[in-house]
Amino acid sequence: MLRAKCWVLGALLVAAFAGVTLVAQQPDRSHPPPVGPPPPLNLPAIQKQKLSNGLPVWVVELHEVPVAQVNLVIFSGSAAEPGRKFGVASLTAAMLEQGAGSRSALEIADAVDYLGADLSASGSWDLSALRLHVPVARLADALPIMADVALRPTFPKEELERQRQQRLTSLLQGRDDPATIAAVAFARVLFGVEHRYGTPISGSAETLKAFTTDDLRAFYASAYRPENAALLVVGDVKPGMALPMLEKNFGAWKASAAPAAPVKFPAVEQPTTRSVYLVDKPGAPQSQIRIGWIGVPRSTPDYFPILVLNTILGGSFSSRLNMNLREQHGYSYGASSSFDMRAAAGPFVAAAGVQTDKTAESLKEFFNELTGILQTMPADELSRAKNYVALRYPSSFETTGDISRRLEDALVYHLPDDYFSKYVQNIQAVTAADVQRVAQKYIAPGKFAVVVVGDLKTIEPGIQALNLGPTKKLSVDEVFGPKP
Amino acid sequence: MLALVLATPARAQTKLDVAYTQFKLANGLTVILHEDHSVPLVTVNMWYHVGSARERPGRTGFAHLFEHLMFMGSGHVKPGEFDSWLEAAGGDNNGSTQTDRTNYWINVPSNALELALFLESDRMGHLLDSMTPKTVDAQRDVVKNERRQSVENQPYGIAQVVLNEMLYPEGHPYHWPVIGYMPDLTAASYEDVVAFFEKFYAPSNASLVVAGDIDSAAARRLVEKWFSDVKAAPPPEPMGIPAAVLTGVKTRTVGDKVQLPRLYLAWLTPRHFAPGDATLDVVADVLAGGKNARLYKRLVYDMQIAQDVSAFQASAGLSSSFVVIATARPGHTAAELQKVIDEEIKKLQSELPTAHELERSLNQIESSFYNRIERVGGFGGKGDQLNAYYTETGDPDWFNEDLARYRALSVSDIRAAAEEFLPLDKRVELTIEPEKKP
Repeated sequence: MLRAKCWVLGALLVAAFAGVTLVAQQPDRSHPPPVGPPPPLNLPAIQKQKLSNGLPVWVVELHEVPVAQVNLVIFSGSAAEPGRKFGVASLTAAMLEQGAGSRSALEIADAVDYLGADLSASGSWDLSALRLHVPVARLADALPIMADVALRPTFPKEELERQRQQRLTSLLQGRDDPATIAAVAFARVLFGVEHRYGTPISGSAETLKAFTTDDLRAFYASAYRPENAALLVVGDVKPGMALPMLEKNFGAWKASAAPAAPVKFPAVEQPTTRSVYLVDKPGAPQSQIRIGWIGVPRSTPDYFPILVLNTILGGSFSSRLNMNLREQHGYSYGASSSFDMRAAAGPFVAAAGVQTDKTAESLKEFFNELTGILQTMPADELSRAKNYVALRYPSSFETTGDISRRLEDALVYHLPDDYFSKYVQNIQAVTAADVQRVAQKYIAPGKFAVVVVGDLKTIEPGIQALNLGPTKKLSVDEVFGPKP
Repeated sequence: MLALVLATPARAQTKLDVAYTQFKLANGLTVILHEDHSVPLVTVNMWYHVGSARERPGRTGFAHLFEHLMFMGSGHVKPGEFDSWLEAAGGDNNGSTQTDRTNYWINVPSNALELALFLESDRMGHLLDSMTPKTVDAQRDVVKNERRQSVENQPYGIAQVVLNEMLYPEGHPYHWPVIGYMPDLTAASYEDVVAFFEKFYAPSNASLVVAGDIDSAAARRLVEKWFSDVKAAPPPEPMGIPAAVLTGVKTRTVGDKVQLPRLYLAWLTPRHFAPGDATLDVVADVLAGGKNARLYKRLVYDMQIAQDVSAFQASAGLSSSFVVIATARPGHTAAELQKVIDEEIKKLQSELPTAHELERSLNQIESSFYNRIERVGGFGGKGDQLNAYYTETGDPDWFNEDLARYRALSVSDIRAAAEEFLPLDKRVELTIEPEKKP
């Protein structure tokens, strides 16, 4: 969303001048040219198949570029971790590539790189995924490596130690970055230490230090199962060509143990009063601000009104938060808001990095906008936001990677078959009354948690003077847990 | 290297065909059209052939500040309308500034192409009609916050600034950062804006790509309709290429609010597309592209004294730099990392890399060419690349020629480039260390 990136990588200046001066006829600039009816988006067909072991395969043909994207999606992520083993899902995913079949970690990486392929394994809240992107000419060579990694990981002990040290060091580095501190602190104060959402996906130093290869094997066995997975293929392929290759590599996959019992999250209460949490970053020239509370799950019936609401509040360049904090006041390079929708309710957050000497002023403007959004929505703002969301929808179906991500969402969150084809009309059906209703339901400025990471000796007096609510100071250790 | 039994995959060898038409308006604006009907979207991509290299000392950061002003309205577009009109049409837009160019793109559904061309042409032809000192002040504050966010409040953010100051002598146009120095941002005036626009934003110093779901003939008529009345002006004098030579080792240590030391080694290298430039991309892969690359394998995988290592040829128009960056693990020092890095560079300078290493890099580079043509709009989309190739080579569809630079390389080229361009006794060595507590 932010405008104007800079940096290295320059370009050669070659200017050729055809020095002809000619005054042309003037076009009518008194009004912007009219915009015609939106073009139809012909959604690519999803061809749904199954392998002999029941593993679902969804194929979408896209023939512009000779590449293929193949994703194996596992419907268990960090939220499925048993008994406070926070981080085991993402660590298990990362370990798949560290030894599989007869190959070592280095051999897997070499084989994949040599094919000009990209293979990555990662875990998020509600899924784990192994994603392959490869020139279609080398798909047949890449799939056996992907299948080894997915189905025959060996979880070598020395590779676990490597991953552990990598991750502990990353956690240590996160403590340097004010934006990371703010994000981790915000989740922690909303969800606490017991709830999974209160700790980052990668876990804490405490949990990371305790993992054994048995933990990885146990999570793998319970989650990586054909009846808990699906394959997605998007690209320059035909089902008749792709299916036999997938059958050969994934058709014999059988689960090795019983599935895990579903994990139940501890109850979590919304904040009932507004509280302020301050983390000191001495000398910081900006303060990182996060404001919000617990939002909604992906299954919310209010999904479409919330998308429109958030677009108006902080989900587009012309949104109220960005226009206020950036364009009107110049306090920030950009302000935004988001509802992080997961299988269970994730956070709603309004966020910005603001200059230190305008921290209190910025907080005041945040709350002006968070309060203002509860009022009736002007018609032009509403229609602009709806058009912005609806009319740019085709751009989420442009590349093989884009389409595969849409399909992952559809699978993981059980979206209806007509979800994509009805998306635009569902957005266009949102009314001003809908937006106001969801704003009043999900935006509660009087109860929000407010996290500020900055130079407290400069910013604290101004924040106190705003009287936002009870204030608590958090050390970096209280945010992240003990230092790795 | 590993003894792997792996059949050499057939090089895809597909021709990368990005068909285009090109013409020039009487006012000097070059226009390039490319049709791709895969989704009903179009991109309007404008490059002005000016960047921070054209700034003068005392006004650093000005090209980028100017870029921000291009979104603040123009003669027939009030402040805020540029974004709100585009959003109402389902459009997105952005821009960026580098040392040698400033680019702008608007992505819209294909029915809103004319709106995008109207907005793009209005700011080319009528930017100053609505510009005021107040507009400059407002974006000055935003840009200062951009600098705080990306430099001062970003761990290791100061490194890029210091690195360029060490690589390039005072007065060289790459000496100062694109984002600029704070006092210079404060000093920038409305009068500077007028002068900069008149000098650098003429149609003869720009190129426009319209790509995506268009009919080329219809798109040409619309471009002619909206851009033909933009006043012609001569382009700026071409820049000379000023000398930049490292004659020895320059070493510096700078404190930052970080916990782990990070080492930066940098060399001055051939400019973009000059002989040696593509070779150094492969050298970077051999050193740090993937887990089996030499530096990664030793520092991160085997010795486990580094958290990360990267190497890249940062290609630019007047001069490039080759940079190696590595972060020490807790308990280890930048000096330990440097010792290993130097051993590996020396080895690459004296012994040929394996055919496997070269082939692995070429296969990855070839794939990246395919991946880069999946998207039409935005930064790095096909529209942006057509404009980049046109700007730098005069040929918008230079994809195959670019890829051919890599396909022509041999293992001896790789060794020779490491020897010629990465001398251990002529470079910059920068360490970012944890700040001493007062």
